[in-house]
Amino acid sequence: MATALGFQNLTLGYDRHPAVHHLSGEIGEGTLLAVVGPNGAGKSTLLKGIVGVLRPLGGKISRNDVNARDIAYLPQIAEIDRSFPISVYDLVAMGLWKRAGLLGGIGAKDREEIATAIETVGLRGFEPRAIGTLSGGQMQRALFARLLLQDARVILLDEPFASLDSKTVADLLELVHRWHGEKRTVVAVLHDFELVRQHFPEALLLAREPVAWGKTAETLSAENLLKARRMSEAFDDRAGICEDAA
Amino acid sequence: MYDLFIAPFAEFDFMRRALAGVIILSLSAAPIGIFLMLRRMSLAGDVMAHAILPGAALGFLVAGLDLFAMTVGGIAAGIAVAVAAGLVARFTELKEDAALAAFYLVSLALGVTLISLKGSNVDLFRVLFGSVLALDNPTLLVIASFTTFSLFALALIWRPLVLECVDPGFLRSVSGSGTVVHLLFLSLVVLNLVAAFHALGTLLAVGMMMLPAAAARFWTQDVTRMAAISVAIGVVSGVGGLLVSFHANLPTGPAVILAAGIFYALSVVLGPVGGLRKRLTPSQHLEA
Repeated sequence: MATALGFQNLTLGYDRHPAVHHLSGEIGEGTLLAVVGPNGAGKSTLLKGIVGVLRPLGGKISRNDVNARDIAYLPQIAEIDRSFPISVYDLVAMGLWKRAGLLGGIGAKDREEIATAIETVGLRGFEPRAIGTLSGGQMQRALFARLLLQDARVILLDEPFASLDSKTVADLLELVHRWHGEKRTVVAVLHDFELVRQHFPEALLLAREPVAWGKTAETLSAENLLKARRMSEAFDDRAGICEDAA
Repeated sequence: MYDLFIAPFAEFDFMRRALAGVIILSLSAAPIGIFLMLRRMSLAGDVMAHAILPGAALGFLVAGLDLFAMTVGGIAAGIAVAVAAGLVARFTELKEDAALAAFYLVSLALGVTLISLKGSNVDLFRVLFGSVLALDNPTLLVIASFTTFSLFALALIWRPLVLECVDPGFLRSVSGSGTVVHLLFLSLVVLNLVAAFHALGTLLAVGMMMLPAAAARFWTQDVTRMAAISVAIGVVSGVGGLLVSFHANLPTGPAVILAAGIFYALSVVLGPVGGLRKRLTPSQHLEA
């Protein structure tokens, strides 16, 4: 199996303080990977690093033949300004950025694709509504429609199912499985261990340092989880320079 | 009717030029104001309008009431402050409003001091409150070229600008243009403020930007329509303000801004999107 993404002794962080510390490993193409761990463990940071928003403090991320345009990213819903006056249709249509870019028009075929994507996530009829009028679940459906349009080889999801009802989670999971079936690489940051065990064959347990990475059942063993929980969340202002930084 | 609405413009050259000035200004300042508002930067716009003053004042010190010198000085000072504050906000923990706030009083005080060094109170008054009725052709040309450029530039960055407001994380994942777009947008704000400065002065320049935008917010939930509505409100208040000031012999700049203020007040009360009337008159709820 070809690798989609590789990490070599990767350290990511803010202001020189590591949030992901010395991570090494590979994500094979077509993998369905869950990234789990306590709050502050560096899960979102890792996704930001993969997208290229955050530069590594140390080590390296190799994307092989996956270039930036092949990566679709779903930010945490809290990072989105839902009071902005924009319609569901326009929000979803932004998934075509790769094709339309700054000025490109949106043609009949594109409009058809947008309609299909909106239909697939079950939001038909919501197109003209302002995103501010959507519920949390509907908003997440709209963002999944945007992901569908992005048609990317690598899909990164940051807490895609946070505070959603079971019906919405089930519907969106179906899309995740469909992507998996289409041999796309999916990396999702998740908190619900039960859901991870049921739906994600591979898991990475992060607690700033990688605790375990592999088959989900083995990664999420009681022993590993305990280890992850012991991670101190402290962000020590006087922390010394990391010795194995080289 | 003719006497009321048409005659002032038909008979007086300065009224015609003022009319052209306020209409042209509304075309680009109002949509820019929409984005300032949606990015919660309304006050930042005000601060930048003040930042223009010391630059224009330096131009005045060097060359007197010279169009070119004051324009260049204003742009340079405005851009310097906008870029500095933008960078500070982007790359440090300090929020943009805090970064800009420091410049507000300093700029005003510095500008007034510089003008007073050489000019009279009349000059000072003109710089602070503008002189819509004294717009000459070169000044109109400056205003027109700035706003034309802004309109094209705004059209060019419209998509990433909207994305930067709604979902900056997503924009960064698909395009590296976020920072450039942000800085370009701030420059457009400055250009429009300098253009408005010639007509309305430092203290009122931002009025043509923010009042129509704030009013338009109450009428639609779509950013494109909102921009169009804000332009319409800007144009109507410009024309209305000019006419009122002509017939009632009121100062023109304040009359224009007051007219926009009336539209704002009406929108707050009557606007269908979050206006007071809707909130205060509970209607029967719907089935679904």
